Amino acid sequence: MPINNQVPEVNAGSMADIAFLLLIFFLVTTTLETDEGLNRLLPPDQDIPEIVVHERNVFRVQLNDANQLLVEGEVLELADLKHRTTAFLDNGGIIKGAADYCDYCKGDRASDSSDNPHKAIIYLEHTRATSYGTYIAVQNELVAAYNGLRNRESLNAFGEGYVAMEQRFYDEKTTPTEKEILKKQIKQIQGLFPQKIIESNANENNNPHEKI
Amino acid sequence: MAKFAKKKDGDLPAVSTASLPDIVFMLLFFFMTVTTMKDSSIMVENNLPTANQTKKLEKKDRIIYIFAGKPTREYQNVYGTETRIQLNDKFANVGDVGSYILEERAKKPQELQNVLTTALKVDSDANMGLISDIKLELRKVNALKVNYTTSEGDAFNNLN
Repeated sequence: MPINNQVPEVNAGSMADIAFLLLIFFLVTTTLETDEGLNRLLPPDQDIPEIVVHERNVFRVQLNDANQLLVEGEVLELADLKHRTTAFLDNGGIIKGAADYCDYCKGDRASDSSDNPHKAIIYLEHTRATSYGTYIAVQNELVAAYNGLRNRESLNAFGEGYVAMEQRFYDEKTTPTEKEILKKQIKQIQGLFPQKIIESNANENNNPHEKI
Repeated sequence: MAKFAKKKDGDLPAVSTASLPDIVFMLLFFFMTVTTMKDSSIMVENNLPTANQTKKLEKKDRIIYIFAGKPTREYQNVYGTETRIQLNDKFANVGDVGSYILEERAKKPQELQNVLTTALKVDSDANMGLISDIKLELRKVNALKVNYTTSEGDAFNNLN
């Protein structure tokens, strides 16, 4: 009787079935990464010293129960909000020669709008019945205004957009030395247009937690 | 002349399935790398608002999630149709948010406890009163970094 020295080959026909089973398991138990959003820093829960700010440096954005938008006392469409906010932030109304004159502002330099971007404050107010979607849309437009201005300055100074720089900063492939440089540049641009958004506390109407 | 026998026509050779496992494995590895494990099932409606000025939440281990929205249909006869907060796998009241955050914070390693972000996954139909209440609770426990989680898209889609 001949001796069979060869090891019989394992049947790989069911490999596909096994792999399919695993694939379906992973499809069911996992989700695609969808986490992105608008980052905000809440004020700490303590008594905030009163600060006195000129009315011209405050940009009032109000949302009512019916999700209508009131900006600086006039009804506005959401589509115009970014433009209005940009005009307010970029105004640079303080007279030339003053200590904090804004030499990079390209706005109208109107005397009834913000002095310079450092003093410009956006005051966002909403009621309890305002819908979250509208609120996020408004927040998004405000951030878009800041990003637009920061992009402009960043392109002028470094030849790269602010948003692109931020993306590169958070990219894992960026080396630490590059990150160091990027961090400095981002800080510099943020210093030109600091993001100052104040929100009212909807629970105590007409009594914002940060006094203006 | 019979050596060149005419091939029978109409008899297609079978397609080789030998590479099928490879293809499936490729798909499998793709999904294993791109997706992450679901850690809680969502019991509320969660149509996130859209925005386009967003930043990515890179590190999953530094995030505490809070869900809010109307209970889904299967929970509606028990919990009603009012907007509710969901923490982990339970419906909760606004008052529970603070202790939940402290609890979750204590679970994280020491070095991460100061850099945690609270991701608010809120349905776009929710009203701001609830969000204000949540924010007030977050401030009480000093969880100040907040991310309003959105999905990619034009912000004007949120207005109906």
